[in-house]
Amino acid sequence: MSEKTNQWPLWEVFVQTKPGLPHKHAGSLHAADREMALLNARDVYSRRGEGTNIWVVPADAITASTPEDVGSFFEPSNDKPYRHPTFYTVPEGVKHI
Amino acid sequence: MEDIVKDQQFQQKIDANQPIEPKDWMPEKYRRQLIRMMSQHAHSEIVGMLPESNWITRAPSLRRKASLLAKVQDEAGHGLYLYSATETLGVDRGELLDQLHSGKAKYSSIFNYPTLSWADIGAIGWLVDGAALINQVMLQRTSYGPYSRAMVRICKEESFHHRQGFEIITILAQGTAEQKQMAQDALNRWWWPSLMMFGPDDRNSPNSAELMKWKVKRESNDDLRQKFIDRTIPQAHFLGLTFPDPDLKFNDSTGHWETGEINWDEFNNVIQGNGPCNKERLSARKNADRHGRWVRQAAEVYANKKKTAVV
Repeated sequence: MSEKTNQWPLWEVFVQTKPGLPHKHAGSLHAADREMALLNARDVYSRRGEGTNIWVVPADAITASTPEDVGSFFEPSNDKPYRHPTFYTVPEGVKHI
Repeated sequence: MEDIVKDQQFQQKIDANQPIEPKDWMPEKYRRQLIRMMSQHAHSEIVGMLPESNWITRAPSLRRKASLLAKVQDEAGHGLYLYSATETLGVDRGELLDQLHSGKAKYSSIFNYPTLSWADIGAIGWLVDGAALINQVMLQRTSYGPYSRAMVRICKEESFHHRQGFEIITILAQGTAEQKQMAQDALNRWWWPSLMMFGPDDRNSPNSAELMKWKVKRESNDDLRQKFIDRTIPQAHFLGLTFPDPDLKFNDSTGHWETGEINWDEFNNVIQGNGPCNKERLSARKNADRHGRWVRQAAEVYANKKKTAVV
């Protein structure tokens, strides 16, 4: 949140569309406090029953990786094939493994 | 030198149809164009509530009133999705609103026309939202991630707007002679401004080439306009309505409808602030901002009071 702004703090909104599913980022909004953020999130991001649960998170509380990280940060460790089930041999005829 | 390399990498990403996300490097001009386009789009949603809210208290039935209220609430929501998506480009919402209120930022010129009769609410849903929808369906695939995601959400809701408008016009067109005349009159007044919503023709659209190169836009103004024309004309004919265009004809060899020349002087005049309702719309926006100020201040004081009470 920049200092020059005349807006309320920014909140990121995460909506769970069905019980059992993970919450998914829906967008953001401005609100004076967390209760108002939740009410506004309901009105802005779930007018047609899109949600069963909503999280609102102060935008400045989120720490994100940067696009420059892509290479090293998410290195898939292809040199470690033993992390994958296909690395292991199972005798012919053995089932459910 | 470094920027040239980054620029090339950026274009490669665009060419490979990879979305651009807020923290990715982007050319300054790409950022500026998007801020201009997206905030203009957000302002259009917000100003677009005004001509319609004019009829909420006078809707002919409870059913129509409930739909119209829901529609106007959606437009507010669409404005909010778009403002929040624009903010990801590092611009402050307060600044965007200041630009709207000072007249520096534009909004769709269609909202500077008045809603004179109930049939106009039908024409707005059918023609104005119909035209907007064609543009927005294309923008679902725009290269900027947050804009594209906002568009997906908006398009889902916009189809209800389109249909409710067509239903209003249908009922009027199939009603008494007087009602049919109302529908015809609304079509006569909204048809040309709706065609103008797609912007200047391709020869006179200075930003288009760059926006297409960056895949911000994926189809040209004229192509989108043609799509709208081809879809809408049979719908009006189905209702027995006619178009205020003596040159309108179907071209058998291309399979497309051809319209007469659009009056671009009128378009430019309205954009420059001389449309029938420009001043009214802007002053309504500024009033709403001014009258809402005490509510925002009260909420802020309340939030601060609660914060200190808990700690």
